[in-house]
Amino acid sequence: MGEISLKLNGKLETKDVADNTLLIDFIREHVGLTGTHVGCDTSQCGACVIHLDGVSVKACTMLAKQAEGSEIVTIEGLADGDELHPMQQAFHENHGLQCGFCTPGMVMSAVEMVTKNKNISEDEIRKGLEGNICRCTGYHNIVQSVKAGAAKMGG
Amino acid sequence: MALDNKNNMSVGKSHYQDSSFRQLTGRAEYIDDIPLSENTLHGALILSEIPSGMITSIETEKAKKFDPSITVITAKDIPGRNDIAPIFADEPIFAEKEVTYVGQPIGLIVASSMERARAAVNEVKIVYKKDKTPILDLDLAFKKKNFFLKPIHFERGKANEQIRQAPHKLEGSFSMGGQDHFYLETHIALAIPHENSEFTIWSSTQHPTEVQHGVSNVLNIPAAKISSKVRRLGGGFGGKESQSTIYAAIAALGAYILDKPVKLRLNRKDDMASSGKRHDFEVKYSVGFNKKGKIKGLDITLLSNAGNVCDLSAPVMSRALTHLDNCYSFKDFTARGYICKTNTVSNTAFRGFGGPQGMLAIETILERVSRFLEIDLDELRHENYYSLKNGIKTPYGQIVKNIKIEKMINEMETFAGLEKRKLLVEKFNRSQINKNQPYRKGIAFMPAKFGISFNKVSLNQAGALVHVYTDGSVRLNHGGTEMGQGLFIKVAQVVSECFNIPIDYVHISGTNTDEVPNTSATAASSGSDINGMAAWKAATVIKRRMLKHASKVFQKPPSSIEFKNGLILSGNKSMTFKELAFSCWENRISLSSTGFYKTPKISWDQEKFKGSPYFYFTWGAAVSEAIIDIDTGESRILRADIIQDCGSSLNPLIDRGQIEGGFIQGIGWLTCEELYYSPDGKLLTLGPSTYKIPGSRDVPPEFNIKLLENTPNEEKTIFRSKAVGEPPLLLSISHFLALKNAISMASETSNADLLNAPATPSKILAAVHNDHSM
Ligand code: FES
Ligand code: FES
Repeated sequence: MGEISLKLNGKLETKDVADNTLLIDFIREHVGLTGTHVGCDTSQCGACVIHLDGVSVKACTMLAKQAEGSEIVTIEGLADGDELHPMQQAFHENHGLQCGFCTPGMVMSAVEMVTKNKNISEDEIRKGLEGNICRCTGYHNIVQSVKAGAAKMGG
Repeated sequence: MALDNKNNMSVGKSHYQDSSFRQLTGRAEYIDDIPLSENTLHGALILSEIPSGMITSIETEKAKKFDPSITVITAKDIPGRNDIAPIFADEPIFAEKEVTYVGQPIGLIVASSMERARAAVNEVKIVYKKDKTPILDLDLAFKKKNFFLKPIHFERGKANEQIRQAPHKLEGSFSMGGQDHFYLETHIALAIPHENSEFTIWSSTQHPTEVQHGVSNVLNIPAAKISSKVRRLGGGFGGKESQSTIYAAIAALGAYILDKPVKLRLNRKDDMASSGKRHDFEVKYSVGFNKKGKIKGLDITLLSNAGNVCDLSAPVMSRALTHLDNCYSFKDFTARGYICKTNTVSNTAFRGFGGPQGMLAIETILERVSRFLEIDLDELRHENYYSLKNGIKTPYGQIVKNIKIEKMINEMETFAGLEKRKLLVEKFNRSQINKNQPYRKGIAFMPAKFGISFNKVSLNQAGALVHVYTDGSVRLNHGGTEMGQGLFIKVAQVVSECFNIPIDYVHISGTNTDEVPNTSATAASSGSDINGMAAWKAATVIKRRMLKHASKVFQKPPSSIEFKNGLILSGNKSMTFKELAFSCWENRISLSSTGFYKTPKISWDQEKFKGSPYFYFTWGAAVSEAIIDIDTGESRILRADIIQDCGSSLNPLIDRGQIEGGFIQGIGWLTCEELYYSPDGKLLTLGPSTYKIPGSRDVPPEFNIKLLENTPNEEKTIFRSKAVGEPPLLLSISHFLALKNAISMASETSNADLLNAPATPSKILAAVHNDHSM
C-alpha cells in the first residue's frame, strides 16, 4: 500500500492504494470516475484511453504509481459543464457512436490526434484510430466525426 | 390507418442516439459503472481445461489456504435446477460430473475483489478422467451421427431427378468459420439480494426475461421475486441473447449463498473461452443447370456446429435453411440440416442467426456455376430471380410478395456504375499481369432478401408500459433492450408521434421485468417492429382517453380536436398537453396503459418445415470491390455501395449506422476473424491480440449507402418501417464474392473454388496457387 497523488480533471486526488493498482482501477474504483471503460484489459482495444500530461495513454496497462504527480484528463474532464468539447459535439452530430462503449477512448484518442495535427487528413485519422476498436459503427461515422471535430477545433 | 401519417412530428426524423450526450461525457451508466455497496463481493470463474471427460475431484484446499476469505461455489451448492436452457433442457450453469468443452464453467470463486477472486482461481486444481476421443469438429460429429434433434429434411419438387436430367451438373462442398461477437463490454452481471428472497439482477443481456427465468430456476425462487434489469448494453449482436443468462445465474447463486451482492465481470479471455459464438457451417451440394445458368435442381446439405449444448441451434438452422433461396426461385429443391454436437463452446445467436450462413451457401454455389459456365454471375442470377415468370414460392412454402429485386438492380446500376467498373477491374488485372505485378482486383454485386420475424412463432410478441404524468411528461418502458442499435430513440419517436409532443417530453427508461413482463429477446431485427407497435398501442389507449376528456372540456366533438406539437387545438381554443394531463387527473381519468402486440399473419410447422414464418421480407443489394496481393495473400476492400430497404425509415440516421456497422461486422466474419483451436480443443484466439476484428483501416475508404426510397412497408408495421438490424450484415457476402472474382483472375491456374471463409491471407494464397492442402 502507498499513497498516490495525481491531478484528475483538474482536481488533486490522493488515495492510499496497493502498489500494483492499475491506473484504470485508480480512476474507476478509487476515485469513482467510471466514464473510462475497460474492453480488453490487455492494452489492445483502446476503450480505456485517457490523457496523461496531454498524451493519450491506455490506462489498463499502466500502474497508478507511474502516474504519480501527473495531470490526467478523462472523458469526464473534456466538456465544460454542459458545453461539449468540439470533438464530443462532432461525435454527437455525426452519430459517431452506437453502444457507446468504445466512445470515451475514441474521443480521447481523437482529441489528442487533432491537437497534434490540426490539418489532419482522412488517411491520418484512420491510421490514428488503429489502437481503438469499435464493434458497432464500422468506423465510418467515427472517421466523419473526427474530421468534423478537427474542423471545429480550428483545423 | 393513423400509422401512415405523413406530417410527422418525430417519426422519420434523424434523432440522435438516446443517451448520446451522456455516452460522450462519460455519464452513461453501464453495469460495470453501477456504484456498489460496501459489502459487495466479486466473482471469478473456474473453467474446464479439457474438452470432454469426467470431473473426479475439485481441489480447492490450496486456493483456500492462499486466501482464506474466499468462497468456492460449485454445482452441488445449487438449490434449484442446474439448468438454464433457453429452449430445451440440460444446459447446466456448472458442469457437475461431465465437462463438455474447454472453457465450461465448473465453479465460482467469490472474494472481496475481482483481483483476489481471479488469483484464487489459479490455485484451484481440477482432476479429470479425460475422454480420449472428444469430438472437436463437424466432420467427425457428422460421421459419428452426433446430432441434436432429428435432422431436418425438406423438399419441393424432385431435385435429384432434375439434377440427373440437367445438361450440366456440379457437386462440391465448402466451409465457413464461426465468429466471436466481440462486444466491447464483456459479459457482466450484478446480483443483489433483498428481504423476502427477492433479488435484483443487473445483467448485460438482450433478454431480461430469460435471465429472470434462469435465476428463478437455479435458485428455486418464483420469477415474481426476481427483478431483471438492464439500462444499456455495451454491444450485444446476439451474443447476449441466451448467453448472458448463465453468468447472471452464477452471480445470483453467489448472492444467494452469501446473502451479499455479487458482481461477476468476465475478463476478455474468460468471455471468449466460455461464451457462445456464430455457428461454423459446412455445405455439401449438388446442382443441375442449363447452359444459361438456370438452376434445374438443387440438393443442399448444411452441417452446423452447435457446440456442447443445443441452445438456439435449432432456430439458427431453420433460418439458415429458409435463406438458402435468397432471391432465387428453386422449384426442385432438397435441403437437409444437421445440428452437430461437438466438444466445443456452444454456438449461439449472432446477427443474422444462420441467415448469413444460408445465403453464403447459395451465393457460393451460384458463383461456382457461373465460373463453370464462364458466364457473368449477374446474368445467371437473372435466370433465377423470383418473378412471376420464374415463380414466387419459396421452397418452404411462403409466397414472396412485393419483390424489389428489379428496383434495386436498377438503382444500383446508377448508384454504383457496376457494369463499367467490371470492365475497369478487368483492365486493371490485365495490366498487372502484363507488368508482372502482384495485385488483382475483383468486383461483385449481390442482392439479398431477409425474412423478418422470429422463426419460433410464439416469440413474436411484445409489451410496453406508458405513463403520462400531470406535468405532461411521459414515461416509456418496453421489453426491448438498448445495445447501441438505437431502439430506445426509435420507440420514443413513436410515442412522441402518437401524442404529437416534442421528443423531449418522453422519458426513456431502462428495461426491466417488473414493468413489462414475459418479453422476447431483443433479436431477429424485430426490436423496433414489435416494441414500437406495443408502445404505440399503449400510448393510443391513453390518447383516446385524453381526447375524450378534451372533447368535454372544449365541448366539441373529438374529431375536431387536434394534438399538435405539445398543444391540444380546437378551433381557436387551445390548451397545453400538460394542462390536459392535469385536467384528466383532476377528473379521475387514468393516464397509464400497457400495450401489447403480436405479429400477425405468421405460421410455421417445424415438423413439416412448411409455412409462412416471415411477416415480410427486407431487400438489400451491395457492390464490393476488392484487391488482393497474390504474393502475400493479403486483401482489402476498396469500395462498397449499399442500397437497403428500410421501408419508411423511423430514423434514417440510426438506420444508416446499422447498415455501416452490420456490413463491416460481416466483412470481419468473412475475412479476418478466425477462431483457431488447438488440436486438443482449446480455443487459442482469446483476445484482440490473436482474434482480429476489423479496425479503422480495414473498412472501405469509399463507402456509399443509400436507403431505398419511397418504399413504405406494404405490411402494417409501425409507420410502415422495416427492420434493419441484421440484413446489412448479409450484404458483406458481396465482398467474399469480389475476392473470389479477384482470385479467378489471378492466374491461369488459380482456383477460386478453394476459398473457404474466412478468407485469410493463407486461404487466399492457397486458392491463388490451387493448393488443396489448406
Ligand atoms: S481496456 Fe485498455 S486497451 Fe482495452
Ligand atoms: S460504439 Fe459500440 S463499440 Fe464502438
